[in-house]
Formats: sequence, structure tokens, C-alpha cells
Amino acid sequence: MSRLLPFALLAGLVVLPLALGPNPYLLNALIVTGILTIGAMSLNLLLGFTGQLSLGHIAFFGIGAYVSALTSLGFDVDLGFGIRAVHEPWPAALGFLLATVAAGACGYLIGRLSFRVRGAYFVIVTISFAEVVRLVALNWVELTQGPLALTNIPAITLGLPGLGMWTLKTKLQNYYLVLGVGTLCYLAIARLVGSRFGRAMRGLKENEPLALSVGINATRTLTVAAVISAAMAGAAGSLYAHYLRIIDPDVFLFATTVSMVIMVVAGGKGTLMGPVVGGLIFGLLPVALRPVMAPEAQWIVYGVVLIVILFVMPRGIVPGLAVLLGGRPARAVPVLEANPAVQR
Amino acid sequence: MSAVLSVEHVGVRFGGLVAIADLHFDVQEGEIVSLIGPNGAGKTTAFNVMTGFLKPSQGAVRFRGTGLRGLQPHEITRLGLARTFQRTSVFPDDTVLDNVMIGLHRHGARISRTPLLDALLGRSGASETRLRARAEALLDWVGLADRAREKAGALAYGEQRLVGVALALATEPAMLLLDEPVSGMNASETRVFVRLIRQIRERGITILLVEHDMPMVMEVSDRIVVLNYGRLIAEGPPDRIRSDPTVIEAYLGQGSAARQAAASAREAVHA
Repeated sequence: MSRLLPFALLAGLVVLPLALGPNPYLLNALIVTGILTIGAMSLNLLLGFTGQLSLGHIAFFGIGAYVSALTSLGFDVDLGFGIRAVHEPWPAALGFLLATVAAGACGYLIGRLSFRVRGAYFVIVTISFAEVVRLVALNWVELTQGPLALTNIPAITLGLPGLGMWTLKTKLQNYYLVLGVGTLCYLAIARLVGSRFGRAMRGLKENEPLALSVGINATRTLTVAAVISAAMAGAAGSLYAHYLRIIDPDVFLFATTVSMVIMVVAGGKGTLMGPVVGGLIFGLLPVALRPVMAPEAQWIVYGVVLIVILFVMPRGIVPGLAVLLGGRPARAVPVLEANPAVQR
Repeated sequence: MSAVLSVEHVGVRFGGLVAIADLHFDVQEGEIVSLIGPNGAGKTTAFNVMTGFLKPSQGAVRFRGTGLRGLQPHEITRLGLARTFQRTSVFPDDTVLDNVMIGLHRHGARISRTPLLDALLGRSGASETRLRARAEALLDWVGLADRAREKAGALAYGEQRLVGVALALATEPAMLLLDEPVSGMNASETRVFVRLIRQIRERGITILLVEHDMPMVMEVSDRIVVLNYGRLIAEGPPDRIRSDPTVIEAYLGQGSAARQAAASAREAVHA
């Protein structure tokens, strides 16, 4: 049953707009939720599968958004020493690719820098990185327009030879674009996790000295995971920029990283479906609550829902339901921990 | 015979604490050598130096002619020197089969040149099948075939040790370091393990082990190296070590060697 769940969910999401009819408010909520869910999936690759908490994940998202926007808008900036960088606008689809590559490159740098020092240091390096990038976006007005925001970002245009071109301007088109990219990201993560590379990540997470002793290169494995994770976050950021068609430095808000962490942890970190389920619940919860209560009360309910989920299912919704439905037995207590007589 | 592993005047100090003062010995190809000594003698520290988990303060370790200075643990494994761990010898949340699949990491690298791309494109099916067959063969070999689907962390202690051995063998080592492999095992499990160690040697793998179980050490070793307070105090075949006064003194305390000599002298007189 659990194997069919992703397909059922995908089918449901494909027909959902047809069932909803023309409802721009709901479609908007679904698109933004979908984009954040892609961010959460990419975060899960690090947090869930390698055990490294990146609290600056929004930096990769924001870099993706800005790179994509600037590529498609063009810019003309003074770099000092009399050098000017001038860039003519390129198609938005190219911006999407560049955003993915640029965010991945940043992921490489952060990975190389911080995986020498693991754990708390990694958390601090990622937070600092996100803050630095936000300040650059805020203050390099000539390039980013600072708080005035980049406006008139073109929508993504997709073309198939012989079939014509589509400019994805409507909400419905963007909905299917996000759904398509999200599905691709899901498949990519599923394949990675099930591969030799995924086993190396699991080994490092479960028992690092043992993983090293079977020849797994920790720095390389974690850096590759960081690159893929950052590239996916960058892709999500690009979708965000071309959908909203306006971005300002607020895309780097720390609160968005926290939302993604909540989605991953509540849904079930280290599971494929966890961030998707968590993302849909916490992305759409405000939409469900809006008609019935004041904004202040909404946030209280948001918090209460999170606490209740983690109280009832400490490992998250997806692993929790798997146990409830009897799909998998709960993990037995290891002999080592159960038997104090065994020499440690 | 040639030395597979040479430990050359290795010293390890943690601040003012001397864990190993000056350790110097060789292991020849095809040998089973035991490293013994009282608790705190520096045996596990020596293992950690040989496998790159600790940097020696002085001296060097050479494996098949290659100096190991500055190499990371995973690089040393790739040279053919594998180890097991004293306490946690498994990946606890994975099944036994998946444990060995993780252990076959290097083997997988030889099968495919672009493993990441193959995985993304769904082209790794054939190599996965080969890896799985190999993992199953290894489990069969150490006698864990019927445990393959169980979570490694839920296995009995002795079985976790066997998983650890399978993981080390998965790296196709030329030499295997076993850190207290039979501690916590009962007598019959130990007997099985001794047989396994001999079979590993028959595969052409040199073995160095650290162990407290003296009957097991005496039975399995070709040669024994004795450490005390970070110094080598004796080296030789089991028979010689058994009756070496320095070794007896290290284990039983000062005067016991003399008492034992006196006791055997009395026995000789009475006989």
C-alpha cells in the first residue's frame, strides 16, 4: 500500500485543479506550497539522509531566485576599477538552469568549508552564509534594486521543436510546472537514496567510523549531497521568482528555512514522502484556517498542530503512520542497549 | 616472508598522557598475530594509529611498503587494510544485507565509472544485482545467511560481530585488524569464531587481533606481541609468552613470577 501512496498522491495532485475549478486563491496557495515543498525535499536530503542540519537552506533558494531573475532581466553594474558588467536578458528557462547550477556551486563551497567541522559548526556556517547573502541582496542596490525589489521578471517560456512555444503566465500552467519539477526532484532523490551513494550517506549517518573503515569518503559524500540539495533548492527559488515575477531580499527570511525544517521534521525526516506530506500539511494549514479565525489564532493553531504531531509521532507523520498501519514493526531494542551485562 | 605491516617506533601522547611510548613490531604475510596486554596498555590506540583514526606523535606505520602517515581512514582501507570495531560493529538501522551492501562501497566503484549518473538515470540495476549477489555470498560465508533480512541493531552481540567481519571482508582486504572480536561471546560462539579466523587466513588474509580471552589467543595465534604501559614487553610464539616472567608479572602483579617459580621448584622437590 505504502508503495502506491506516491502515485496516488501524484494522480490526486494532477486532477486537483480540475476539481477545484477556477479558484485563483487556492491555486496560488498550492503553487507556493509546492515550491516550498521542493525546498523541503532538498533540505531532507541533507537533514534526513546525512543527518546534517542546514539552517541556511533559504540562501540556496534565494540565490536561485536572484540568479534566475537577473539572467532573464539583464543587468548593468559597475564592478569598480572602471569595469562594467553588462548582461543582456536571456530566456527565463536558461535562467532556471543557471539558477540550479549557481546554487549547486554555492552548495559545493559551503560543503567543502563546513564538512571538515560537522554538527553545530555546520549549522552556524549555514546560518551565517544565508545572512551574508541576504545583506548582499539588500545592499547591492545597483544589481538587485535592494528593498525596491526586482520587478517585471518574465515568466518561463517552454518550447518544443515543432509544437510551438508556451509562456507560462497563468496560475494553472505554473501549477503544473511546479508539480512537474517537484515530481522530478522526488524521483531523483528516490533513486539517489536507493543507490550506492544513498547507502554511503546512510552509513555515515548511522556509524561514521565504521563507514570510513569500509572505504567511504565522508567529505566527498557529504559534499555531493550538499551540491544536489542546494541545486534543488535553487531550482525551487527560480520557480518562485518566475511565478511571483517580483522578488526582494525577503526571500532570504530565516523564517522560511524554519518552515522547511518543520515540514521535514513533522513529515518524517529520512523518508521520501515525509517532506511532501509535511509540506502539504503546513503549507495549506494557513489556507484552511484563514476563513475561520484571526491571523494571530492561526499561528497558535499552527504551533499546536506541530506539537501534537511530534508528541504522538516523534519520528514524524510518515514513519508514525507506517507503524500504525502495521506495515513495519517498530524497531527492536538493540541487544547492546538492552543487556547491561554485555561488556561495552 | 615479507612484512605486510611494520609498526616503526610509534609513540602516541595525549597532552602529558603517554598512551604508547615506543611500539615496534612487524606482521609477516599470512600470519595470525595477537596484540595483548592489560587494560589501558594502548592496544586499541595502536589500532587507531594503524587505521588512520589517530595520528602518531612519533614513528611511522608502513603497510605493504606504503607509509600511512597523513592518510585518511578511508584511504587506508582502500590500500587493503581493514578493521573491525570493539563496540559498534554494525550500521544498526539497516538490515544485515544492507549493511554488507554499504560495506561493498569500494567494490561498487569498480563496477561503474559514473555511479551517480547511472543511479539518476536508473541504469544501475545490473551492478546492483551483482553487488547483492556478492553481499549474499559474503553473508553465507560468515554464516549469517538466514539473518539477512533482520535489522543489524537487533541481532545478538556475537552475530553483530560477524556482521562486522563481513563488512571488513567486503572491502577485500589483504590484512584484517580485529579489535576484541570475541569479547562478550560465550565459549561455543568463540570456538566458531576461531574457526572463522582460520578460514579468513586461508583466504590469504593476514590477521592482527587485540583480545583479552587468553585461551582463545593462545589457540589461534602464530605469534603474540605483549604491550604494557604503552611499551612492548614481550614478543614470540604462544608457548614462550605463556611462561614469560615479564608477561606474568604484567598481568598478575609484581612477585607473582617469582612465586610461581618457587612453587614449581617446590613441586620439583616433592616429585
